[in-house]
Amino acid sequence: MIHSLFLINHTGDIFLEKHWKSVIGRSVCDYFFEAREKAVEPENVPPVLQTPHHYLISIYRGKLFFLSVIQTEVPPLFVIEFLHRVADTIQDYFGECSEGVIKDNVVTVYELLEEMLDNGFPLATESNVLKEMIRPPTILRSVVNTLTGASNVGDTLPTGQLSNVPWRRVGVKYTNNEAYFDVIEEIDAILDKSGTTVFAEIQGVIEACVRLTGMPDLTLSFMNPRLLDDVSFHPCVRFKRWESERVLSFIPPDGNFTLMNYHVSSQNLVAIPVYVKQSISFFETGPCGRLDITIGPKQTMGKTVEGLMVTIHMPKAVLSANLTATQGTYTYDLATKVLVWDIGKLNPQKLPNLKGSLTTQAGTPKPEDNPSLNIDLKIQQLAISGLKVSRLDMYGEKYKPFKGVKYLTKAGKFQVRT
Amino acid sequence: MDVGLSSLRSEAVGAMRTALVSAENLQLSLKSELSQEEQALTLTKSSPQETHKDGNEDLKEMLESNKESLKLEAMKRVVGLIAKGKNSSELFPAVVKNVASKNIELKKLVYVYLVRYAEEQQDLALLSISTFQRALKDPNQFIRASALRVLSSIRVPIIVPIMMLAIKEAAADLSPYVRKTSAHAIQKLYSLDPEQKEQLIEVIEKLLKDKSTLVAGSVVMAFEEVCPDRIDLIHKNYRKLCNLLVDVEEWGQVVIISMLTRYARTQFTSPWKEGAIFDENNDKTFYESDSEEKKEQTEAKPYIMDPDHRLLLRNTKPLLQSRNTAVVMSVAQLYWHLAPKHEVNIVTKSLVRLLRSHREVQYIVLQNIATMSIQRKGMFEPYMKSFYVRSTDATHIKTLKLEILTNLANEANISTILREFQTYVKSQDKAFAAATIQAIGRCATNISEVTDTCLNGLVLLLSNRDETVVAESVVVIKKLLQTQPTQHSEIIKHMAKLFDNITVPMARASILWLMGEYCERVPKIAPDVLRKMAKTFTAEEDIVKLQTVNLAAKLYLTNSKQTKLLTQYILNLGKYDQNYDIRDRTRFIRQLIVPNEKSGALNKYARRILLAPKPAPVLESAFKDRDRFQLGTLSHSLNVKAAGYQELSDWPAVAPDQSVRNVEVIEPVKEWAPLVGKTKKSKSEDKFYSDDEDEKEEEGSESSGSEDSSSSSSSDEESGSESEEESSEESDKTSSDSGKSSSGSEKSSSESEAEQKKKKKTKKAPLKKNKLTAGDSDSDENGNGPVAQSSSSSAESSSGSETDSEDDSDSDNIAAQKKKKSEAKSKPKVEVKSKKEVSLLDLDDFSPAPTNAPKSSVVSSSLLSDLEGLSLSNVSSTMQVTTPSFGPVKTYELLHHMTGKGLSAKYHFPRQPCLYQPSMVAVQVILTNSSDHSLEEIHIGDRSPASLNIHCFNTIERLEPEASVTVSMGIDFSDSTQAANFQLCTKEDQFSVSIQPAVGELLMPSTMTEEDFSKEQGKLLGMNETSATITMATANTSSQAIGKQVLSVANVGVVSSSQNNVHRFAGRTVSSGAVVLVSLEQKESCAALLTINTEKSVMASMLLRDLKQALAQA
Repeated sequence: MIHSLFLINHTGDIFLEKHWKSVIGRSVCDYFFEAREKAVEPENVPPVLQTPHHYLISIYRGKLFFLSVIQTEVPPLFVIEFLHRVADTIQDYFGECSEGVIKDNVVTVYELLEEMLDNGFPLATESNVLKEMIRPPTILRSVVNTLTGASNVGDTLPTGQLSNVPWRRVGVKYTNNEAYFDVIEEIDAILDKSGTTVFAEIQGVIEACVRLTGMPDLTLSFMNPRLLDDVSFHPCVRFKRWESERVLSFIPPDGNFTLMNYHVSSQNLVAIPVYVKQSISFFETGPCGRLDITIGPKQTMGKTVEGLMVTIHMPKAVLSANLTATQGTYTYDLATKVLVWDIGKLNPQKLPNLKGSLTTQAGTPKPEDNPSLNIDLKIQQLAISGLKVSRLDMYGEKYKPFKGVKYLTKAGKFQVRT
Repeated sequence: MDVGLSSLRSEAVGAMRTALVSAENLQLSLKSELSQEEQALTLTKSSPQETHKDGNEDLKEMLESNKESLKLEAMKRVVGLIAKGKNSSELFPAVVKNVASKNIELKKLVYVYLVRYAEEQQDLALLSISTFQRALKDPNQFIRASALRVLSSIRVPIIVPIMMLAIKEAAADLSPYVRKTSAHAIQKLYSLDPEQKEQLIEVIEKLLKDKSTLVAGSVVMAFEEVCPDRIDLIHKNYRKLCNLLVDVEEWGQVVIISMLTRYARTQFTSPWKEGAIFDENNDKTFYESDSEEKKEQTEAKPYIMDPDHRLLLRNTKPLLQSRNTAVVMSVAQLYWHLAPKHEVNIVTKSLVRLLRSHREVQYIVLQNIATMSIQRKGMFEPYMKSFYVRSTDATHIKTLKLEILTNLANEANISTILREFQTYVKSQDKAFAAATIQAIGRCATNISEVTDTCLNGLVLLLSNRDETVVAESVVVIKKLLQTQPTQHSEIIKHMAKLFDNITVPMARASILWLMGEYCERVPKIAPDVLRKMAKTFTAEEDIVKLQTVNLAAKLYLTNSKQTKLLTQYILNLGKYDQNYDIRDRTRFIRQLIVPNEKSGALNKYARRILLAPKPAPVLESAFKDRDRFQLGTLSHSLNVKAAGYQELSDWPAVAPDQSVRNVEVIEPVKEWAPLVGKTKKSKSEDKFYSDDEDEKEEEGSESSGSEDSSSSSSSDEESGSESEEESSEESDKTSSDSGKSSSGSEKSSSESEAEQKKKKKTKKAPLKKNKLTAGDSDSDENGNGPVAQSSSSSAESSSGSETDSEDDSDSDNIAAQKKKKSEAKSKPKVEVKSKKEVSLLDLDDFSPAPTNAPKSSVVSSSLLSDLEGLSLSNVSSTMQVTTPSFGPVKTYELLHHMTGKGLSAKYHFPRQPCLYQPSMVAVQVILTNSSDHSLEEIHIGDRSPASLNIHCFNTIERLEPEASVTVSMGIDFSDSTQAANFQLCTKEDQFSVSIQPAVGELLMPSTMTEEDFSKEQGKLLGMNETSATITMATANTSSQAIGKQVLSVANVGVVSSSQNNVHRFAGRTVSSGAVVLVSLEQKESCAALLTINTEKSVMASMLLRDLKQALAQA
């Protein structure tokens, strides 16, 4: 399966390599660098590459390339999913997944990689299991370790590895027992020039933070589970019960995890919280153009829209922007040609407006297409699909946990075409 | 690490400074020396890079020091070096010394180092081997496993035999984790030394039988790597793998699913045939007819899916909801390759969901959707909008989405798609815009309604400012015009006008070609274009030059008056061109069109050659040919056959023998007949059975033979009873449900069916003669099965072993019937030997599961009368099959009617595999209302411990006074006799009750041969063996009595024994499936040695106590 892994930063340096079978020379990465060169943008590098003797499967995440070397047929998604799992694990352990962090913790990362794969086949990828084998570094622990000579490496088989609930270890203890669920929904939408919805759907996720003693068995039920069109679950969720009763019944992992992802189909009408009035035009005569954007609330269910932000990828010919914003600030990055207008809270009484002129490069023909607007926003305490958690029950433990559900609506890939 | 080291250094410096100060205070003249050292230290601190070479030296020192912390520090640095890809092999000797370190972290780091460098330093690496060998015997499973991991990762050929030995041992380890590691080690050893293949396959075969979900994925991986062609190893494990699949870890699921896809393609017939009938309920009828008339009927028979095929599809479906995208994709491809066409659609939603995932995932998924959407538009059409392109998508994602949208285009949605395409054409990403134009072209050719619209749109694009867009439009227009050359001269004229402004060579060449091809439609313009080209010929690109020559030639033929000179001129230019292609072409054209003495016959045909009507190019998807690869594979993604790619075979025309998949319990009737017919016809009955004794697998075929033909009268009966019987398999609730519902039809049809069967059976009379059942009398004599059954059931309840006969709820009836059957099963076996005269009777309603023991209590009275006069003494020799047929004997009180305010509850263990979950013990509860008012909403409330896994019965809405109802529950006792406490609630009240299982009820009978028994026993010695000498009551000394007593205590199966004084019984614990072996060796008079072998030592001692008690009683 996975033969070797190279971590490559955005400048093309290999700063970590790990081989699970015999060693493969770094030169294999040259094929990748070639493709990287050709793709211009790092996002455009094809994830699967063929070289004379190997196959390269890579992911690009956090400005790093995780490049795996494969020798024989394997489902590419298998490798991609695993690489993302590696990145997730690093993020989970050290708070972020970046070159600096990996270099600082190179030994731990290496030990993790050693545990995650055996002979190229995933061995332990459950973060709960890994954390029992290799404890994540904390300041307290390193102090204790230097004093006592203890190490960060466990010497017994993690309990999860053998149990039928590998995601939870036994003997969890908390003084404050709490279970929080965040229902986060993202609106993916494409609006056309006139403001009509070309496409809209809602992608939801329930993030959980469960700190409960012992082996609690939770049941989460919804007021309106019919809304959910398609779902995927953390392995802890009992699928049979979902099928028959539409409730989520599970023994939760300890700590933070994603309980489920769901999809609310586009068949249901998706409420679009804001409308955008925009006109961006470039003049035939003279190297300039005009921009005028106004944003107003549409279907916000009486909540306030916050964190409003507009990002525009300008045509290459636009040199500078001279704009005035009635609210918030704007920046125009000359190198990447990205105009960002950070608005903040949307005030329905006084609609934010950005207006002004754009200067284009003299001598070039006027950019014929207008850039699309990417909108970012947040609405607290609202799940735009109308999904509601009705109750959370706990079985198996005696104590009364503190329970909480939070709703949040965000813009996902929310694009306005011009 | 560096930080740590430098802090050490600074500490040292600090210490030295203190020493210095004190030295100064003492007025000693050490100052200069010390400061030198101090300097040296600070120097190394400031520039560790320069001292790298020496750094390794001091690493060596640190490794050889006595301080653990220093060693650890050094090892961390070494691993850092390895991670950076720097060579540190010279430290090998120093590192290897630490392999036996007590410090676990240090040890692990040494392991990392060893694995990396052992290959280079083989001799030195051998020093460490003994440490691993020792660790392989460590009581800590984690240590054993990691020792095996490292040992097998050291690629030193000399230790191959040691590895082999270690793998074999680990494969039999008690810890599934160690067994998993051994499965991984198999692959490593195989890549190190392929010579070991045969031996490794043996280990794989053994591990494939493993029931642990932990092992399944890894061993299948090993199988795929070592012997993917040994499909025969899978047969026996097929159903187990299907059933375990949901619980296997996600990576294993991917591997197993792709292996099973391949397997299914070789073992089942295609579900894609024309006019296929997808009615699973007909399964059985099909089989029967199939087996009978296979030869005559190979054609024109309706397709009915193999139940194993269905099992696979059913068990993979929930995995579509996995969070792991690879799992979802592999299920999707399984459905694509295996499911009937109309069922494939269920994967669509999940695949579309994956599009929200990471970019790389999107890429692969879109590739697969692209291939699928070519063949099955309908699948993705409802989700068309999910493939709309966003400006922020990466280019390869955009192109793939475009591809899919194009594939999805049809008359109905084309206008929407074209409108969408219009937006894309304006994209800043010009490569993408060009791809869109091509896509428009494809839509235009595929859907004739919009061809004109598309053409007009493309013509408009010709005035686009962007060159690539224009060029692409020209190229596409050219192709479109070729498909519809009529009345498009306007467009050609328009393009001719644009010609001067277009600079992209491909576009210019395309226009020239169009001019030439349709020069007769634009007679005035074409020569003018040629004139212009003549002027700029030398400055054009090669491709344009070629087309100019082409145009000249065509014009020369059609309009030589105007163009003769121009053509000559261009041909002359071409003759001296730098490019040899152009020179060649010119020469060729000249010979072809200009008549001279040498050109000969060809000249006459010049017109026909150059102006022949040309077939229009077909615009098709780049994914057209990808379907030759299995979806989701690397090969599919690259569109190249990757190394190690396993071809997906075509469906076999005739399904191979299905019986190979049967494991010890059941076999469909279909195989039974031909199999036996061929091989055993001539054998005597005795032989027939004794054969059975040897061939373990055929035990099943026996029992299932009769079982199945019974169910052939009602198709689903089998699936119900199958789950009942197949102890290892998760019984499927729905199938059993449908079994119930269809049993009604069974009743009505049983008569005719029985007759039919009889006809068939007569053919096989010599074989079947020896199998009779009382059930025959049901169908043959009374002509009404159910009546006979109910009579027998009442008879039985009177015998005290049955309690639910009076219940009239549907399910109970069925349960009772089933039970009846299984009870009656004991009968035929008994008769077989001695009663040939009852031949020809249809014994098929019964599984011939024989048990020697509890006849008196289980066999219904009507049967008993039939049995009278039978000699029972030779019974034991015919008993090989150990399906559970021992009915419940003891009924326990759950709730007394006094405490229950009128509600009373009793329970017993029906000893059937639980329908709900294989790890549960089936419990039947009889609820009786002894109050004077009706009770409502009887259900199960809170339970304790709350983690207790109970499958509750459905709430009973109403129970009338004096009525009673039997419900079945499943309880997972986790192999402990701890009581399951729960609350039995009515509308008004709650009663705490508890069920405490006897240890014997936590077992399931298991079938094994005597050899297997001794083999298993051999594995469970020492700690796992519990034995005692017991004294039996004299009444219990006969073998039947022993069997009866043992079976009454524990739900185990009888193992045939060649020795008269030794009795063996085998079972498995319900939850964990641990083997429990009971053997009883009779000594002189009443003494006997009772031995129990199992990992569960607590259970063993409890079981021993219970057995001892039972056998001592009369």
